Amino acid sequence: MPADGGIGAPTKRREDLRFLKGTGRYTDDLNRPGQAYVFFLRSNVAHGRINGIDTGAAAGMPGVVRIFTGADFEGVGGMPCGWQVTDKHGEPMQEPGHPILAQGKVRHVGDPIAAVVADTLDQARDAAEAIEVDIEDLPAVIDMKKAIEDGAPKVHDDLSSNLCYDWGFVEENKVAVEQAFKDAAHVTTLELVNNRLVANPMEPRVAIGDYDQAGDNSTLYTTSQNPHVIRLLMGAFVLGIPEHKLRVVAPDVGGGFGTKIFHYAEEAFCTFAAKALNRPVKWTSSRSEAFMSDAHGRDHVTKIELALDGDNNFTALRTETYANMGAYLSTFAPSVPTWLHGTLMAGNYKTPLIYVNVKAVFTNTVPVDAYRGAGRPEATYQLERVIDKAARELGVDPIALRRQNFVTEFPYATPVAVEYDTGDYVATMDKLEEMIDLAGFDKRAEESKKRGKLRGVGVNCYIEACGIAPSHLVGQLGARAGLYESATVRVNATGGLVVMTGSHSHGQGHETSFPQVVAEMIGIDASMVEIVHGDTANTPMGMGTYGSRSLAVGGSAMVRATEKIIAKAKKIAAHLLEAAEGDIELKDGQFSVAGTDKSVAWGDVTLAAYVPHNYPLEDIEPGLEETAFYDPNNFTYPAGAYACEVEVDPETGKVTIESFAAADDFGNVVNPMIVEGQVHGGLAQGIGQALLEGCVYDEDGQLLTGSYMDYAMPRAGDVPSFAVDHSCQTPCTHNPLGVKGCGEAGAIGSPPAVVNAVVDALQRAGKDVTHIDMPLSPSRVWAAMNQ
Amino acid sequence: MTKVTMTVNGKSVSGEVEGRTLLSTFVRENLGLTGTHVGCDTGQCGACTLHVNGKSVKSCNMFALEADGAEVATIESMAAADGTLNTIQQAFQDHHGLQCGFCTPGMVMTAASLLEENPKPTEQEIRTYLSGNICRCTGYHNIVKAIMAASGQDVSAVAAE
Amino acid sequence: MYAFELERPTSLADAVNALKSEEAQALGGGQTLIPTLKQRLAMPETLVSLTAIDELKGIRREGDTLIIGGATCHADVAAEGSYPALSDLAGLIGDPHVRNRGTIGGSLANNDPSACYPAAALASGATIVTNEREIAADDYFVGLFETALNEGEIITAVKMPIPQAAAYVKFEQPASRFALVGVFVVKTANGVRVAVTGASEGGVFRWSEAESALSSNFAADALEGLKVPSDGMIGDIHGSPEYRAHLVGVLTKRAVTKAG
Repeated sequence: MPADGGIGAPTKRREDLRFLKGTGRYTDDLNRPGQAYVFFLRSNVAHGRINGIDTGAAAGMPGVVRIFTGADFEGVGGMPCGWQVTDKHGEPMQEPGHPILAQGKVRHVGDPIAAVVADTLDQARDAAEAIEVDIEDLPAVIDMKKAIEDGAPKVHDDLSSNLCYDWGFVEENKVAVEQAFKDAAHVTTLELVNNRLVANPMEPRVAIGDYDQAGDNSTLYTTSQNPHVIRLLMGAFVLGIPEHKLRVVAPDVGGGFGTKIFHYAEEAFCTFAAKALNRPVKWTSSRSEAFMSDAHGRDHVTKIELALDGDNNFTALRTETYANMGAYLSTFAPSVPTWLHGTLMAGNYKTPLIYVNVKAVFTNTVPVDAYRGAGRPEATYQLERVIDKAARELGVDPIALRRQNFVTEFPYATPVAVEYDTGDYVATMDKLEEMIDLAGFDKRAEESKKRGKLRGVGVNCYIEACGIAPSHLVGQLGARAGLYESATVRVNATGGLVVMTGSHSHGQGHETSFPQVVAEMIGIDASMVEIVHGDTANTPMGMGTYGSRSLAVGGSAMVRATEKIIAKAKKIAAHLLEAAEGDIELKDGQFSVAGTDKSVAWGDVTLAAYVPHNYPLEDIEPGLEETAFYDPNNFTYPAGAYACEVEVDPETGKVTIESFAAADDFGNVVNPMIVEGQVHGGLAQGIGQALLEGCVYDEDGQLLTGSYMDYAMPRAGDVPSFAVDHSCQTPCTHNPLGVKGCGEAGAIGSPPAVVNAVVDALQRAGKDVTHIDMPLSPSRVWAAMNQ
Repeated sequence: MTKVTMTVNGKSVSGEVEGRTLLSTFVRENLGLTGTHVGCDTGQCGACTLHVNGKSVKSCNMFALEADGAEVATIESMAAADGTLNTIQQAFQDHHGLQCGFCTPGMVMTAASLLEENPKPTEQEIRTYLSGNICRCTGYHNIVKAIMAASGQDVSAVAAE
Repeated sequence: MYAFELERPTSLADAVNALKSEEAQALGGGQTLIPTLKQRLAMPETLVSLTAIDELKGIRREGDTLIIGGATCHADVAAEGSYPALSDLAGLIGDPHVRNRGTIGGSLANNDPSACYPAAALASGATIVTNEREIAADDYFVGLFETALNEGEIITAVKMPIPQAAAYVKFEQPASRFALVGVFVVKTANGVRVAVTGASEGGVFRWSEAESALSSNFAADALEGLKVPSDGMIGDIHGSPEYRAHLVGVLTKRAVTKAG
């Protein structure tokens, strides 16, 4: 292993130095010479017809450069949707237009009506207040089931209804599933809500458009998880700028969690306005603005039914879900409740028959799209809740019921279209039980009781499909993009390497972990490898970071490119050593001839590549730089088992997490320190969803949780220290690193454990509570106990 | 515009500001010290935490003019002149107490105040003290661990991994 | 924020003068006012900062009364300690950074229905001292964000009689960390006072039934069967009126137990 850390080493993060010293370069830290500022005037009603916008008075106010409205974007493309879902009748989803600035109607609180560009942000905001907008209030649709009733007000007048699609999966299984329910010995039914969340990366979104008139080049600096995707979507579909005339830079990005995947109107606006005004235009979101303009997550209402035979084997599963799309289709929104959700309904279990129905609905709310886990938390939550409920109804141990139904043979083809390559769900459950001391639970419960508290324990499993890729698969499923990743490895004459990757790091530590892989492959110090990412001018085409795909897909591309480098370097070494290429071995940065003591160092070979004095020019080009595109043939399937112990204060309903344990199987692990950190963060977000977070609209579509005063973010005192383990490792069989991805697991696997634990605590105390919808706030728990 | 003068990171600085200019804006825009971040507008997230006259405050919840004549310390003052991390910063790196880095300056400044007030805090005291600083990445586990380590305590007191 | 002038007088007299202009407003620690200004929900022409006035700062004890300057920050009250329940309350406000800026005068002048200090002032039978007069706490809190203060009147000090026993129990609203309900119980030779914050649509109030019951028997058991009606309690996404009314009972018992 390299002295400063190869694969498997808990190498300290090199990027930390700049972050800890306050010298990170986030988008809002950048300022372009002569830049102007934009303030968006946003709708304060959920649904309304724009009868007129008078910008006259505002335009004359100090510092105002120009005011844009929807009329300025007639003929400009709208915000595109990157995924088309086909409904259960074979028809494409209903896909409404999504203008950059509202045209004709506003459709949610926060919908941008006008954009004021001024010399300072305060001037822009002052002028925005002077714009007179004549809006005729229209009735808003907020509740999904009401939204698709006959005669409901339509969010989009040109669509036939508010139903985006009615998806059945697998439609061919539907009849067999129904029969299985008729034949079942026991059926457990549960209706639940997967609460709407706001991702809330701590860095609000920022966009700076810049335009170079001399070269007719546009540059967008933006807080994005995938600058190339923004370049493609914005260039090709919105503004009509060819990619070679458009550069997108996402420098240090302060967290994403999905909500910075998507292409947003503000990005297109700043790019457009910079060219129109020939002046840089900067937009910095406030947190309040973020709550009404960042895509939200989750928001499913589900009925799930589990059929079991007389021996408690799962025989069939049936779900009916209403999925909120919000007012417009965000970039990947249609895929979340369908292909990222329906395909995971088998979970860790060999349920033979599954039917999933999803109705995606437009409402007068902020668009909903992928948030950490995206579809998979929704699948896991309902499945693991219904299994827990079934165990209680049947009077069997919830862990035993799960174990009995585990998939144990791999590869395993589920009835919902995916094939798990590897896994060992027994091993992760064994590990979990080892971690949590279930035998000691009664004693702990007794101690809680002495303090007037109710103690409960909840366990669940999860599986996720991640390493989001296979272009051939996602293409069949409606993706309008490929999902490979690319890397260019450039070796310098003196032996140092630069890896240019399409993966983007915004907290995941790629600048540290990616070099560990390359260093290990070559046998040099990791400090000789530098990662470049986040700038379309400096990196090959990339699809970005989401779906726990960076190392599995982006890392694999880097491995492939490095393999090409090593292959070429071996040729050079063979020439230098006057040996056959096939006899050259690379170890610890030394090329040697097998069975001899002849060797040449890595640095000598790289120097030869760039100083080709004694060089086989007829066989090999000078230089040492390779690019690889990697497109896997399957998703990866991390899985695990989680447990949570809670105390409930029966007088106030307050839930306290006493302990949380996570046993994960991520396949091989490159940097265990980073992996554990990813799990910790995911757990806090999952616990946040379970206990604290919920985005709430009133019936008129006003956002009741528009700031941290009402949207409860998990703080240090809300979560415990976590026990995490990733020693169960069944390596992925189809990527070169054998890695599966770890970014979303914690957020996927933790909500059901918390809710199962609270229900357990209440039932042990004799309360007839079978379910409480998240977030399990004190008032909700108290209400459930006292209904 | 009014002139404001203060000492920032040991240097006397001044600038012309409006009444409504926040201290965070002054530090970021006028002084170019962009390590102080702004993550919310309701005084909740703590990314903008810095020290005024030795006390931690949220610089987005204070006007620049209110710091007239004050001693201000930002994250940029924490490392040694040669770039060596201080004990708290080093502990954050050693224990992976940061991911995206956005909340980190506020966390480090808060940790510094905590350890000045309470040199050997318990895990619970650390968690309570961090109530005004939100991190979305780390789940706080490693932040707590880092602060405990920076105080010279055994970090195995923070739950097993 | 709208544009305004910020003045930083260093004497009370200058502050009083500065606040005479019609659109002037006092600025304490700003921990509530500044976010409000950011939302453009207030439009002062002049803000008069009170935090540079030394005579408004500091805590001193006179016999059994604690006299706290109006511009004294929460952290200083938390650290002082001669009225432990009050210090405890101050140490539970917001977070360390907020406590370094927010002031007792600012909190009482704003009278947020979920703020902590109004409960302490009302339960303690405090006297609000201004540049014009002294106001008994019972006469001071008028309603939601409403007090007996006149335009331009400045809280210069708060006189808190130190009781025989007292305790504050706060149940936090999970997002803002303000009091979803907070109960401050005070026991003196003259009886017991119970003040409740966070719960009522009318702002801080005294729970007289509990006071009578506790005055004859200062024990949690004395509250058995007592309930505040849920009518008039705040209902929002964090708790129904019924839940808040229930919490008032629970927290009062806990406060009594804590006061010992």
